[in-house]
Amino acid sequence: MSLDAILPHVARPARYTDHEWNRVRRGPDEWDGSGVRFLFAYPDAYEVGMSNLGLQILYDVLNREPGVLAERCYTPWTDMEAKMREAGLPLFSLESQRPAREFDILGFSLQFELNYTNVLNMLDVAGLPLHSEERDERWPLVIAGGTCALNAEPLTDFIDLFVLGEADESLLDLVRAYRRGEPREAFLARAAQIDGVYVPRFYRVEHDADGRVAAVSPFRPDVPRRPRRRLIGQLGFPPVRPVVPFVEAVHDRAMIDLMRGCTRGCRFCQAGVVYRPTRERPLDEVLQAADELLANTGYDELALVSLSSSDYSCIEPLVNELTARYPRLRVSLPSLRIDSFSVELAEAVEKQRRSSLTFAPEAGSERLRRVINKNVTEDDLLRTAEAVFSHGWRAIKLYFMIGLPGERDEDVEAIVRLVREVQKVGRRYGRREVSATISTFVPKAHTPFQWVGQEADVRSKQAYLRDNLRRTRLGWGDPFASRLEAVLARGDRRLGAVIEGAWRRGARFDAWSEHLLPLAWEQAFAEAGLDMAFYANRTREPDEVLPWDHINTGITKRFLWKEYQRSLAAESTPDCRWGDCTACGMAALHPACAQRRAT
Amino acid sequence: MTQRLQIHFARGEEIKYVAHLDLMRAWERALRRAGIPMAYTQGFSPHPRYATAAPLPVGVTSEAEAMDLWLEEPMTPPDFVRRVAEQLPDGLTLQGAAEAPESWPPLAARLREAEYTVAARGPDPAGRVAQVLAAASLPWREERGGKLRMHDLRPLVEELRATETGPDEARVTMRLRAGPAGTGRPQEIVAALGLEALAIHRTRLVFAPPSS
Ligand code: SF4
Repeated sequence: MSLDAILPHVARPARYTDHEWNRVRRGPDEWDGSGVRFLFAYPDAYEVGMSNLGLQILYDVLNREPGVLAERCYTPWTDMEAKMREAGLPLFSLESQRPAREFDILGFSLQFELNYTNVLNMLDVAGLPLHSEERDERWPLVIAGGTCALNAEPLTDFIDLFVLGEADESLLDLVRAYRRGEPREAFLARAAQIDGVYVPRFYRVEHDADGRVAAVSPFRPDVPRRPRRRLIGQLGFPPVRPVVPFVEAVHDRAMIDLMRGCTRGCRFCQAGVVYRPTRERPLDEVLQAADELLANTGYDELALVSLSSSDYSCIEPLVNELTARYPRLRVSLPSLRIDSFSVELAEAVEKQRRSSLTFAPEAGSERLRRVINKNVTEDDLLRTAEAVFSHGWRAIKLYFMIGLPGERDEDVEAIVRLVREVQKVGRRYGRREVSATISTFVPKAHTPFQWVGQEADVRSKQAYLRDNLRRTRLGWGDPFASRLEAVLARGDRRLGAVIEGAWRRGARFDAWSEHLLPLAWEQAFAEAGLDMAFYANRTREPDEVLPWDHINTGITKRFLWKEYQRSLAAESTPDCRWGDCTACGMAALHPACAQRRAT
Repeated sequence: MTQRLQIHFARGEEIKYVAHLDLMRAWERALRRAGIPMAYTQGFSPHPRYATAAPLPVGVTSEAEAMDLWLEEPMTPPDFVRRVAEQLPDGLTLQGAAEAPESWPPLAARLREAEYTVAARGPDPAGRVAQVLAAASLPWREERGGKLRMHDLRPLVEELRATETGPDEARVTMRLRAGPAGTGRPQEIVAALGLEALAIHRTRLVFAPPSS
């Protein structure tokens, strides 16, 4: 049975048929002549994967490397998966429509813990044995990178090696090493020595009687005791020929990353730790990239991506120049700071439709915001709201979290008060809407809150907010999804059996609430004899070995602990970009930081 | 002064699964890449001004698509074609462009009929076609949003022919009514014949003259 017999019967069939503008398609000669054939595998739907800038960058990097061919595939949606299994059609690449197992390397992008069952599902649909140890050199090498790779212990059963940190250079080192054609074990031993590569099978994990990790140590003398995150000092030129999808992507627009890293130091934020330090792109490079990118794609929207766009030092001249050059271009600035400067920026880019702006105060009270080091005052927020509404925007969206460490009832009440204050500002400008999204805090590895237990039950807080904000449009995260995320985000290797058990019971697309199967997960936990609360809700001991301690992000555990202690005292820590260096540990990895430490 | 261009294009196998709105977005992007000075609608969220004659169903190829497009600054049609052709993705072919007076009604309003060629499989195609042509009605039940509806497809069929191409295989050609007075869908006709459509291709759109 062929693809053509299936596609008329699935939703959005163009997700599976390639021919997008700018995709790199090679002839059969090039397939045969390529030393390394690399398949990027995104463990979520096409629309999500196509919105990922990191993947665009790496697709570009690998396809420019001589002798390397890189193609893409995404998780087949459930209807497509069923048809493929029925027809015996294995997972295939979009570009040349070849089975995944004909590739040399399968590279997963791990951006979200709730994608893990899709990784297993893709391996299975591809016809690969699930477990790393069952695959020798006759099978593709299965690797994974992305933010979650920094604590992907729960996936170590299935993944041969992890790429830690920025992969732009380490992927090239990897494919070059792969070309030697060594047997799998020998290749892995060689790969383990590449900066930014972690080969889990070379590390032994011991647990104590209570199930906590007791020690992680390498089996071999030639692998690093703590594999470290790779950092590129100088950002490569942005990809200016990204694949332009037919099927509308979640973020269907051109993207340029203005800078990597953010040192504001929000204590809940994993990205703020693991992408340190900040590295900016020069203004003229951004402008040149924008010109080429728009000419090559035809997009009418450009996102200036960074963890905090208003902090890019040339943001104002950049925005002014872009809007002057491209009067019809929509420039989007994700993650705006809460201040009137950001509103001015937004004003410059949204000349026409001022529909809504989004801000994230994260917590309701100033005290709790100091606890999480999101140093925004109520005055800042109200002034920002004033600026937003007075300049004609019709709506403000606010993001909050509940269940934050040290949260008291009055902090939840403060959310209600704050929303109402913003609404009051809105009323002075006529019919203006204020909506709020309230998610449950998920403690993450490698952050100052990595020791904190997740609050087991936030339902009473949710009920309180619902009752007191009746006339406000509220969005909620799925409670089971936050709990599962909390488990997987700080999991150990024993969770491999749970992920597999849940997947066998039908779990996939866990990030999509309509597909999430709590029962499948609960049964899988029970079968493995493990307890969700142990991972999600337990506060770790100060001296406990954490399952990800052996992964060196460059940020020291001492610094994280110090930050945790400061949070307990509701003490804020200033951004090292403007204030003093706070000695996070990056000095050992990054020359510019070392210099600052020295002075 | 805006300029109205009428363009004709084909869609091939490569992108036949692209949905109508997605195809339109692909057109916008191709036109922008080509530096075509598109005219925009007025209002809260301006968008490029264009209008197709008839959306092409997912899975259907065509050599007969037509679209009106408005430009902010005039261009000669050959210049337009030259610049756009090299910016089109695989499977999208620009067959021609011509200037059209503003006074002409929209293409969709002038559309009368559409012709299709269908590669079909199933028992006795020629016999089924003869039966349908002789019958006064061709009942078709359709479920939409959980509701069962009955249609008569027969009035939508202007011409229908089956040429056997092998055992239980045929090329079915048809001319169906299209436009404001009702639109025949080739998939439904083939299904009502008791056949399975393997490939559907639109070969012609028939328009009423602009003056009428
Ligand atoms: S080492 Fe100092 S300057 Fe560098 S990121 Fe850490 S705190 Fe900032």
